[in-house]
Amino acid sequence: MTVYLLCFVLFLVGLYGLITRRNLIKIIISKSITEFSVFLILVLIGYIDQGLAPIVDPGTSHQVYVDPLPQAMVLTAIVIGLATTAMLMAIAIRLYRKYKTFDIREIKNLRG
Amino acid sequence: MEGMSIIVKKVTQLMVGIIFMFGIYIILHGHLSPGGGFAGGVLIAGAFILLILAFGSSSLKLKKEVAGSSNTESIGILMVVVMAVMAMLFGAKVFFFNFLPKGEAGELLSAGVIPLYNIFIGIEVAGAILTIFLALIIFKEESSK
Amino acid sequence: MELTISIILVFMIIGSIFALHAKDLLSAIINMGFVGFGLVICFLLLKAPDLAMVQLVIETVTLVVMVAVVLDSSRREIAVSFDRRSLLNMAVGFLAFACLFYFFMKAIENLDPLGMHTLRMADSYVNGAVEKTGSINLVTGVLFDFRAYDTMGEAVILYTAALGTLTLLRIKGKK
Repeated sequence: MTVYLLCFVLFLVGLYGLITRRNLIKIIISKSITEFSVFLILVLIGYIDQGLAPIVDPGTSHQVYVDPLPQAMVLTAIVIGLATTAMLMAIAIRLYRKYKTFDIREIKNLRG
Repeated sequence: MEGMSIIVKKVTQLMVGIIFMFGIYIILHGHLSPGGGFAGGVLIAGAFILLILAFGSSSLKLKKEVAGSSNTESIGILMVVVMAVMAMLFGAKVFFFNFLPKGEAGELLSAGVIPLYNIFIGIEVAGAILTIFLALIIFKEESSK
Repeated sequence: MELTISIILVFMIIGSIFALHAKDLLSAIINMGFVGFGLVICFLLLKAPDLAMVQLVIETVTLVVMVAVVLDSSRREIAVSFDRRSLLNMAVGFLAFACLFYFFMKAIENLDPLGMHTLRMADSYVNGAVEKTGSINLVTGVLFDFRAYDTMGEAVILYTAALGTLTLLRIKGKK
């Protein structure tokens, strides 16, 4: 139970950064940290004590394997996280080109 | 973008081929050992990224505003969808049916369609990561000139 | 196993707090890399070698791209001032945290303790996977044979992100 609570604390640290930081790059970093905590808790749920990694040795009898379903889900999620981070960096570069700053309050004040 | 010093250039010349071959090995053995299409594709893109960072975009004569890697990723995703539709013609009336013969477990040529999927997804991921890198790093220095 | 993962998680939490309060943007990015590589060690301890490989290479590419973007821009960190708006932000934040904590405790009270997971859904996937798919890597068999729609969706998302990045950063606009 302690491990699950620590994962939740990491999620809260990421959420705190997402809400209170003013620099755009730090907002992107906090979103990434939030995603890491979700990946970790998904893989933690599927762990079995004394289980083997999910690669079958052909010829041996029935063994106990770690659950492969959360691992397949998290593999998809890692690649999707990279895609959204890349698009956010592209938006950040465009904003820096136009307003010469990364501060989101300055960007909101300079309208038009 | 400037290149790096002579030591980095010589080491890159030795290592780029090995990294590329290792990426192809990880893609091809996706159904036998950990890895698969995604990790191998990013590794192949990593070999090209190392080449661009070490030698500089000016000495490699990269044309601005043209990314040839976007054709590669388009071909990759098109072949994935073509293979999914081909499964409808050969087997049951569903997408993504495993219609090629599954050989003996543990051989390189086994598991039906899975090695082909790994190869095409690897090509697609390599093209996508290289396009993202070129767009974010090489294209953006146009405006600062 | 629980103790080891807890210690690594404590280091990751400390690293992420440093990343958010760093004065220089470059040091914030390096701390994010530290959190990502700690996650790779956690995946290796939890018997998931596929995930460790993918997370390692993707974290490296993300770090290279972010460092190259930040080095060309201003690395100054903007000073955080305490005005009324930031107090309102913190109050909303605390309220959201309390709500999330209550729902989280409700969600995990039915979970088995760490390590005694019963395979409820994965039984039919694990037991006959080698005969049904022919591959001895169970994660690849699940990803490319049983759940191939999700893999195609993920490939399309990566393709769309690459095209979107290319379109957003074009120089030549309308004539």
